[in-house]
Amino acid sequence: MTLKKSFQLALSNLMFDKMRSLLTMLGMIIGVGAVIILISLMSGMMGMMNDEFAKLGTDTVTVSVQDRGGSRSIDEDDIYKFAQDNPDMFRGVSPSVTIAGAFVKSGSNDITTNATGVSEEYINIKQLDVEQGRFLSYIDIEKKAKYCVIGTYIEREFFGQGRAMGQTLRINGKTFTVIGVLKEDDDSTSGSTDDVMYIPYTTAVTMSASKFISSYTLWTTSVDIVDTAIAKTKQFLENKIGDSDYYNVSSIKQIMDMANTMTGTMQTLLVCIAGISLLVSGIGIMNIMLVSVTERTREIGIRKSLGAKAKDIKTQFVIEAGTVSGVGGLIGIAVGSVLAVTFGRLLELNAVPSVGAILISFGISVGIGVIFGYLPAKNAANLNPIDALRHE
Amino acid sequence: MMNNAVTLSKAETANNIPLIELKDIYKIYHMGDTDVHALDGVSMKIFKGEFVAIVGQSGSGKSTCMNIIGCLDVPSVGKYYLRGKDVSTMNDDEQAEIRNKELGFIFQQYNLIPKINVQQNVELPLMYAGLSEREQAKRALASLDKVGLKSKAKNMPQQLSGGQQQRVSIARALAGDPSIILADEPTGALDSKTGKEVLQFLKQLHSEGNTIVLITHDNTIAAQAERVIRVQDGQIVYDGEPDISKFAQVAHAGDEDGDGA
Repeated sequence: MTLKKSFQLALSNLMFDKMRSLLTMLGMIIGVGAVIILISLMSGMMGMMNDEFAKLGTDTVTVSVQDRGGSRSIDEDDIYKFAQDNPDMFRGVSPSVTIAGAFVKSGSNDITTNATGVSEEYINIKQLDVEQGRFLSYIDIEKKAKYCVIGTYIEREFFGQGRAMGQTLRINGKTFTVIGVLKEDDDSTSGSTDDVMYIPYTTAVTMSASKFISSYTLWTTSVDIVDTAIAKTKQFLENKIGDSDYYNVSSIKQIMDMANTMTGTMQTLLVCIAGISLLVSGIGIMNIMLVSVTERTREIGIRKSLGAKAKDIKTQFVIEAGTVSGVGGLIGIAVGSVLAVTFGRLLELNAVPSVGAILISFGISVGIGVIFGYLPAKNAANLNPIDALRHE
Repeated sequence: MMNNAVTLSKAETANNIPLIELKDIYKIYHMGDTDVHALDGVSMKIFKGEFVAIVGQSGSGKSTCMNIIGCLDVPSVGKYYLRGKDVSTMNDDEQAEIRNKELGFIFQQYNLIPKINVQQNVELPLMYAGLSEREQAKRALASLDKVGLKSKAKNMPQQLSGGQQQRVSIARALAGDPSIILADEPTGALDSKTGKEVLQFLKQLHSEGNTIVLITHDNTIAAQAERVIRVQDGQIVYDGEPDISKFAQVAHAGDEDGDGA
């Protein structure tokens, strides 16, 4: 008996009693649908998380150091030299000097915010977009210029939209000229990513109490080498400082990896739970196939009398179980995909089922049908032709 | 017995090897403590081109006999040679192949599969023989044409009358071009008119050279064959010409014996 005929027969049997077929497939539909929804939503969530992390800069390495004094101390020249010595790993460096709780005043308005001292490369490292004017330049850093680049919150708070260029404001009493305004990134409110001020780190250092630069951002050449870059940086700092209590090297990527591992574990767990329903649906299919074999004992007898071998009968029933289950799987995939996209929209996630998830669910559903259809098929194949023919 | 010998010699001239040869076949069922001998030492030879009726009352063993000839069942003791090959020792798959290649069944209840159409029913033995789909369709249609039902090829079995369904089952039996056509009470479920038509058709098939084994309980139907084997209590009590007065007498005597015992 050809596979094609078995398959056609299985489909026509499926259509013969639609209600029963639907009920048989229901477990599979729900199981596969749940798996698709969960995988899609989880990967949508992971995607969103990764996007958020990417904004923070997954390809950067943050170095925090403490002043140990003497030759064990480390300054920006050491860090710059280290980065230049490893051009295959790093493509940029920016010291980061945060003036926390800076008192900013312009005219009669005043606010308290953070100002960050950075290098000219910071714009590339953080992939900032300048809406008006320009970012800080190397010359500004060298000259310890009192220039600042501000976010749209600061712009609107003091000057109004589009009117900040060339204006001055005072940070902790020192007068700075606005040379650039960043593009709106969030919603221009206090505490958002638009509530930022960048000034040359050299200038910031003079305004800080310790004069020691305790934080650096290193820009790696690729996300993939972040882990190696971290190891390399640690090694360099260990050689220079000699005590791991005085430095720390971290990366957003590490946090992201951890978060991804966690969500991955959660996803596996949820999919396993959904998998239980697949198992149950398999048992349902086995049950209905056993009933079907009993109901069709006479048909099996007729087929045997016409020369069907045990293998032919077994194949027919296995294919039938696989088809019921596979069709159920396909419906489940369709329903699951639609629901995943709908839920994704509601949760503002990009939850689109992956081709891999679809293929795997389909494979599993057919596989379950074949596995659970095997026992009934074997029973059918082993029927004695004469008893089967006599069966009423 | 002389008639029997005549029949055999006539057939033997046609072909020296019998198509069917049963040698001292026993079929014993164990029912609790007692053994039931459904067949009790049956031997027979059927040659190519014969039209044999195996006749007997229910419980006589004729159905068991047909099951064994049809390779649907195996004897407890004894040998069954089909075209000189020992079938009684074959495994299930080999027997399935014999059923497929050598035997065409016509059942009392037609035994068509209700979910598939007439043509697909007729194609079944061809499909199990592994023919290509095109060949299956061609032969099935030719076979349906032979029984005059080509126009009903796409109908479902239950859309046909009983007589038509039986003709479809005949077409199915013929499709694989078997050596033997085994008809088990082919007229049992039909009214006498359609029953006669079916019998007429079997006779025609015989005249075209087919070997036909007809199983029936009805003496008048058995009389249509050219040779009658009467089975009673698992044994052959008559084998010869379908002279109704002769084999019916034997049958009558057998009944009395059976009642007396």
